[in-house]
Amino acid sequence: MKIDILSKRYWYFLFSLILIIPGLVLLAVKGMPYGIDFTGGTMMELQFSQGNRPEREAFENEIINYGIDATVVLSGENNVIIRAPFLEDSEIEKLITYIANQYGESPSTLRYSISSVGPSIGSEVASRAALAVVAAALGVILYIWFAFRSIPNSFRYGVCAVIAMIHDSLIVISLSCLGQFWGWQFDSLTLTALLTVIGFSVQDKIVVFDRIRENSRIYRKLDFETLVNHSIVQTLERSINTQLMTSEFMLLAMALLGGSSLRDFSIILLVGLLMGTYSSIFIAAPLLVVWQNKEWKNWFGHGNKKAVSEG
Amino acid sequence: MKKPIVIKLIVVIVIFLCALYIDLPHQNGLRIGNFTRSGDLYLGLDLQGGMQVLLEADVEPGTTVTAEQMSTARKILENRSNGLGVSDIVFQTAGENRILAEFPGMTNADEVLATLKGTGLLEFVDTGDQYFPEGEAIKTDLQHSTSSETNVVNSSNPSSTESAGTAVTALQTSATESITNSAETTAQPSAESSLGNAEGTAQPTAQSSENVEATPQPTATSTEQPTEEEKIYHTVLTGSALKNVTVQMYNNQPVISFELKSEDAQTFADFTSQNVNKFLTIVLDGKVISSPRINEPITDGKGVISGNFTIDSANALAIQLKYGALPVPLKVVEYKLIGATLGEDSLQKSLVAGLIGLTIAALFMLIYYRLPGLIAVLEIIFYGSVTLAVYKLIPVSLSLSGIAGFLLTTGGAFDANILMFERLKEELRNGKTITQAVGLSWPRAWSSIRDSNIATLITAVILFYFGSSFGASVVKGFAVSLIIGVLISMFSANFVTDTLLHVFTKSIADVPENKSKWFGI
Repeated sequence: MKIDILSKRYWYFLFSLILIIPGLVLLAVKGMPYGIDFTGGTMMELQFSQGNRPEREAFENEIINYGIDATVVLSGENNVIIRAPFLEDSEIEKLITYIANQYGESPSTLRYSISSVGPSIGSEVASRAALAVVAAALGVILYIWFAFRSIPNSFRYGVCAVIAMIHDSLIVISLSCLGQFWGWQFDSLTLTALLTVIGFSVQDKIVVFDRIRENSRIYRKLDFETLVNHSIVQTLERSINTQLMTSEFMLLAMALLGGSSLRDFSIILLVGLLMGTYSSIFIAAPLLVVWQNKEWKNWFGHGNKKAVSEG
Repeated sequence: MKKPIVIKLIVVIVIFLCALYIDLPHQNGLRIGNFTRSGDLYLGLDLQGGMQVLLEADVEPGTTVTAEQMSTARKILENRSNGLGVSDIVFQTAGENRILAEFPGMTNADEVLATLKGTGLLEFVDTGDQYFPEGEAIKTDLQHSTSSETNVVNSSNPSSTESAGTAVTALQTSATESITNSAETTAQPSAESSLGNAEGTAQPTAQSSENVEATPQPTATSTEQPTEEEKIYHTVLTGSALKNVTVQMYNNQPVISFELKSEDAQTFADFTSQNVNKFLTIVLDGKVISSPRINEPITDGKGVISGNFTIDSANALAIQLKYGALPVPLKVVEYKLIGATLGEDSLQKSLVAGLIGLTIAALFMLIYYRLPGLIAVLEIIFYGSVTLAVYKLIPVSLSLSGIAGFLLTTGGAFDANILMFERLKEELRNGKTITQAVGLSWPRAWSSIRDSNIATLITAVILFYFGSSFGASVVKGFAVSLIIGVLISMFSANFVTDTLLHVFTKSIADVPENKSKWFGI
């Protein structure tokens, strides 16, 4: 089996940029649709009895007239979702009692789910989450550096794994940002998905790097590019089987059948884990080669030459 | 067969049987010696419905709240919630100044919130010559900083802060009432209560002297009042100073005797010595519950509150003193409620999804890897039963994000198998015998299994820390299931897959037909 993966490495980088840049532009223009977990606020999903659900606009006006600046969307067959600035629990109870009286429902069956987050909590969660990501990245770099200490330039492996990890998170972030067009919000479950993608991205890189580590002991004379290419090919079957055949099937089942709470979460993981595998092969390992050859010396001064060799 | 393999096989079988025993539903709970656990898997509130409330210490920014204060507050809330009659209520301190309360299965928001908010901060307030009738709202220097907040659990109703201007009339009215009361009911010692040493009140004269003192009181109130409508009084001690509170009978009259913690007894002794005949008002959540006069210095930290209590009202006050004594004020900063319908729906759907996903993955393994695939399926069954048993033993509540974490680590467990089997196939293709290849697959795959899992563990531990310091139970549940799953999956890969590979391939003759028949090469 002779597959040459590495020679087209700049095409993979280009492909990733095509995926990431539109997402980042969207993020800059429209902003991330943060959920109340991060911004603070109140979200209520109310369940009406069959056939008793009011029209969206009428209901929204009803609540605004009641004195709460809310937006309303319909959900499922009998549910409405109300989004409002942070309401105290007593205010929530008053509102629910009011709605129950207006529409002849009982407050206890109306309450489908309620979530109310104080504004101070939200901003704190966001900043600490960023800290958690940075801490995780540092921890991973240090661990890989340590685990690969037996081969030359072990620090590079950590850095390349983290660059590929950032690549994967950027794609996930772009996806969640794009999700605002179909009503997604970036909430703590999305954050969990993002952190998971980070963890698994690194896990996957290590499997490929481990093979490079092993091969570099066996084939001491081989040039680095061939060695890395060989290692990727050797782990390819495992990558496909682990990712596509087991993890992705389970996530697909969760995305299709898992109910509304898990759907967004599973879709993000589905894409994120796929990218995690993709970036091990097409980003992390090629970056090692780019670093080894110090190819950036040719990027600017000899740009034409590179374009020719790529074509 | 080599000895270590036999021992490993026995260990695996024993662990598996234990896990199966633990996993089976136990109607009367699980019992191993003194160790007891509920018989069923504990479901998180997103799967059975319920409420989650995050409370935060409501103090001025920069004020430090000690860990001890928070854990005391947590215990008090636990005691109060016992009244709700649900066993699974969980209170956890989250970070430095928060408490996360979870009420699985409870969606009656009114009752739960009333329990958390009903009673709160107890203060002993120096009100000087000022007597306050029960129910009056007063401001103290302790709660003053928080009184502008609208969502303070323990503070005062909105009315107490908003209607400060009308406080004069309200107080005067009630003061007038208390005069009439004491005049009409001459049989009663007093409309007010008094505070004194246990020995002091034990003397019959103590009560008559109190009666005399009581009469000038209302006059003092009405003359001082206009100037003091916005007055902020000093809090001498909070309820956290109380060590013990009991109701006792004295002269057929119930009295409340209390004992202070030794470190606070001195403060109390100093204060009572300097303020004899003045009033030490007991305030709960910004409202007066009793305004006893200090009859004499209380130097030993033991005192008695007497007054015209009935048994019930004395008991009620004692309970308020005992459990209402939060060491710090708390406010609700986050509130979540999952209806039972949503919980049930999520549980069923995620279980179905999980089973279907697992079945597809298992089928794939069987078809693609053949004999090793069968071993992988057995390993996953082992892994699943042990994980479930660990969930029950710790116990970990299974939440939606926990199920997601479980499925992902199951993916990781499959990965460990795949890594080994790919190695196995590679070695077989390179011409190694079946025995040699089986012997090499674990040692060769181990380094990548180890390093990749440790990297996941690092992330999971950081997630756990992040989740627990914020009461973000979604993240925490996920991290816990990730940690448990990764550890068990690493163990299973060695003890189950490697062992079974050795055992199952023992009797397979090393001929090329067998390689293609059993390993699919």
